[in-house]
Amino acid sequence: MSARNRELLGLIPASLLVTAGFAAVFIERGSLSQNQLSEASLTYGAIFLGLCLAAHVFLRIALPHADPYLFPLVAVLACFGLVMVYRIDDTLARQQAQWFVVGLLLFMATIVFLRDYRKLEQYRYLIAAGSLALLCLPRLPGIGAQVNGAYLGIRIPGVMIFQPTEFAKLGIVVFLASYLRDTRQVLVVGARRILGVTVPPLKHFGPLLAVWGMAMLLLIVIRDLGSSLMFFGAFLALVYVATNRLSFVVIGLVLFGLGGWYLSTTVPHVIDRVDVWMDPLNVHRYDTEGFQIANSLFAQADGGLFGRGFGGAMLRTPYDAPLLPAAETDLIYALIVNEVGLVGAVAVLATYLLFVQRGFKVALLARDSFSTLLAAGLSAVFALQVFVIVGGVTNVIPLTGVTLPFISYGGSSILANFVLLALLLLVSDSARRGAAR
Amino acid sequence: MNVPIMRLFGAIVLLFAILVAWTSRWSVFEAQALRDNALDKRPLFAALSVKRGAIRAADGSVLARSVRARRGDIWERDYPTGSLFGHPVGYANLISGQLSGLERSRNDELSGTTSELNSIIDQLQGKRRGGNTVVTTLDPRAQRVATDALAGQKGAVVALDPRSGAVKTLVSSPGYDPNRVRDPDQLRALNQDSANAPLFDRVTQGAYPPGSTFKVVTAAAALDSGEVTPDAPVLDGDSPRIVSGTPLRNDHGVSRGQIDLTEALTYSVNTAFAGLGETLGKRTMADYMKRFGFYARPPLDYPDDQLVASGERGPDGRLLPVTSPQVDVGRMAIGQDKLTVTPLQMAMVAAAVANGGKLMKPHLTDRVVDPDGRTVKTIEPEQMSQPISAETASQLTQMMGNVVEEGTGTAVQLPGIDVAGKTGTAETDPARDITQPWFIAFAPASDPQIAIAVTVENTQNGFGGTVAAPIARDVLATLLGG
Repeated sequence: MSARNRELLGLIPASLLVTAGFAAVFIERGSLSQNQLSEASLTYGAIFLGLCLAAHVFLRIALPHADPYLFPLVAVLACFGLVMVYRIDDTLARQQAQWFVVGLLLFMATIVFLRDYRKLEQYRYLIAAGSLALLCLPRLPGIGAQVNGAYLGIRIPGVMIFQPTEFAKLGIVVFLASYLRDTRQVLVVGARRILGVTVPPLKHFGPLLAVWGMAMLLLIVIRDLGSSLMFFGAFLALVYVATNRLSFVVIGLVLFGLGGWYLSTTVPHVIDRVDVWMDPLNVHRYDTEGFQIANSLFAQADGGLFGRGFGGAMLRTPYDAPLLPAAETDLIYALIVNEVGLVGAVAVLATYLLFVQRGFKVALLARDSFSTLLAAGLSAVFALQVFVIVGGVTNVIPLTGVTLPFISYGGSSILANFVLLALLLLVSDSARRGAAR
Repeated sequence: MNVPIMRLFGAIVLLFAILVAWTSRWSVFEAQALRDNALDKRPLFAALSVKRGAIRAADGSVLARSVRARRGDIWERDYPTGSLFGHPVGYANLISGQLSGLERSRNDELSGTTSELNSIIDQLQGKRRGGNTVVTTLDPRAQRVATDALAGQKGAVVALDPRSGAVKTLVSSPGYDPNRVRDPDQLRALNQDSANAPLFDRVTQGAYPPGSTFKVVTAAAALDSGEVTPDAPVLDGDSPRIVSGTPLRNDHGVSRGQIDLTEALTYSVNTAFAGLGETLGKRTMADYMKRFGFYARPPLDYPDDQLVASGERGPDGRLLPVTSPQVDVGRMAIGQDKLTVTPLQMAMVAAAVANGGKLMKPHLTDRVVDPDGRTVKTIEPEQMSQPISAETASQLTQMMGNVVEEGTGTAVQLPGIDVAGKTGTAETDPARDITQPWFIAFAPASDPQIAIAVTVENTQNGFGGTVAAPIARDVLATLLGG
């Protein structure tokens, strides 16, 4: 069976999932008659299937050799996210569906205009500068929007709150991949041993550190700790892949540990987060900083092994106050555990892991260093984003505001992740076209 | 670069394994602790959003119901009869998690958590599940009469059907209005009112000295064990009599000589019963007390911590076995010593005699009805024990009839209805003439339908026959007249 036919088959579970998911939400609401029930959920399923088919046909033409599993996996995640968001609020779900359409258009545009994605290498400093500029935007007066003490977004009136970190993460991965392709040899060869630890040469490592350091600083300035963790993790992952030197990772982790310790004792915003993380169920913080994480854990406990079913979780109190805040964005994973239980949540995590595995497979198959580093970097940053938000919601690490890719409500996240998917498919097509020849 | 990529993927698999482990931790392994955490309001909100079932009297009138709250999408409790049924019905303050009475003992039925299958079917049909209605055995007219007859005095009235154990009247005075309990400040005020103790259910929790009503138990033991017959003049009614080294006197110091058990009970002769108790011995007395239900919480469908066992109690408040050397069995046989009883226990004694020696399990619930009107549970009469033989019961009935006809309980006489009973007057503070009058009875003696126990706390020189018996008469007349 050809790659594209396998992809087509892979879309079937996605469309079944969206149909069944909407049916379940309708049943729980009990607001529709039997006929409406089947019609409405089938309509949603059909529209979704239509969109996926359109994208699939486009891939058949544009990237016939690309990995056949990446797109269906994204479709499964996106349709699951759509059902979850619909279950919270149908207006949000309609907007989410619109963003999904825009995302698919951007996805196709990326594939058309970046057909030769290696061109990106030539613009690496421009891309790096652009990414840093994006990170600065939310702090500019007039357009920045502060959410929960963090400057995460730029208000575009009437459209969205644009979250630049979602795109900056792509830019920084592209820069790191291209820069490391050039310097990875000298980083290894020029390394010296100081006190038994292999230290990379400052001359070549300097630019990397500078870009990374600025990104870190900006993140501290815009107070987006989650993205900071994600960027830093991706940075270490790429340096490790490029140099195969574990000592670089260890040095990085030690530096991060020191920085984290310093921040968690000096910056009030960070101190609060860490206190809540250490003792999430503290009575005195429950009504303030601890409310989010405590209710995240309570919601997961309420879900248990099999969950309460779509629509079964309690999101608001009988007095109409929020009980699970930011359920459609940051805490959506808690809602997933609440409604489809541990079993459903593990299935979602497994889907992400499969996506990441395909991403690394693309990296292994790629024929040049830049492609390998790009695919590995994109996969790693994607995996780390999932880890940062799910780890935050489950209190493995302090909770920070990062979206769950393709599932959380939010335009920037969907658009950026569709670009990420497009880049992976471009790398994959180029690698496998060579293999097929 | 393949090796580091594989290792990187391995690290990511490890990170995801941590996520799975932590999700399992919260959703499964530590889920129960989280669900029990007081900060988690989900169980409370779920309970508040369910329409709790009503509690009804035997005639169908509503004693407790759920109404829409003024604020929020929730229900709250309303008690249309106010303080009249405060004790048997109790209160349900879900927000503070405080429940009492039937609201607590029947909480599973009332909150509708009993049938998981039904709730799934209801959900599929788009229905919101509601709790079941509890229909009680309580009689509102008699409850009103008993409350009025107590007239604000501290005391208790409990009446039940000896044939089934169905409780018809349960009045503890002073009462309280369960509608007030919704307000935490009012509940606190009620709790702190130690002078009146309005939340204290004197019927089931009041541990009082039973006075001479306990002679029924001693007489039952004596007859049933074959120690005496009703009309054998074998008892020494002289006064005073040395009991456990201290002289014991009859009322007014009257010496009655050799008398039979009928006369001893009719005129409540202390010395005769004390001697009888010593003759029977601790073992026999302990045996019969346990058969009547002493030394255990009565099996009423009422919260455990609102039920108190009757029996001898040591200075530390703990139950003291009858066989303990600290027990003066002679004085215990006349309801003195350290013996404390609940009005419910004494009503059970009367009920066992009334029902031919068979003690039925007391209950407040008649049946449970689901929101569609189907009866899902009926409380069938259940025999708890048979303390005495039918013959002993018949002999005792005869003797207790004499008490009302010509003895200490003449105040309870009802036109056309033969009542069997026994008075009691415990001296709680002899120096100031403070007494606790008692009366236990059943009627009609020929075909008993109601057994009753009445007591009033701390009266000034009141007697069972003058204070408690008239209250019992009014309640019996209401329950038998209707």
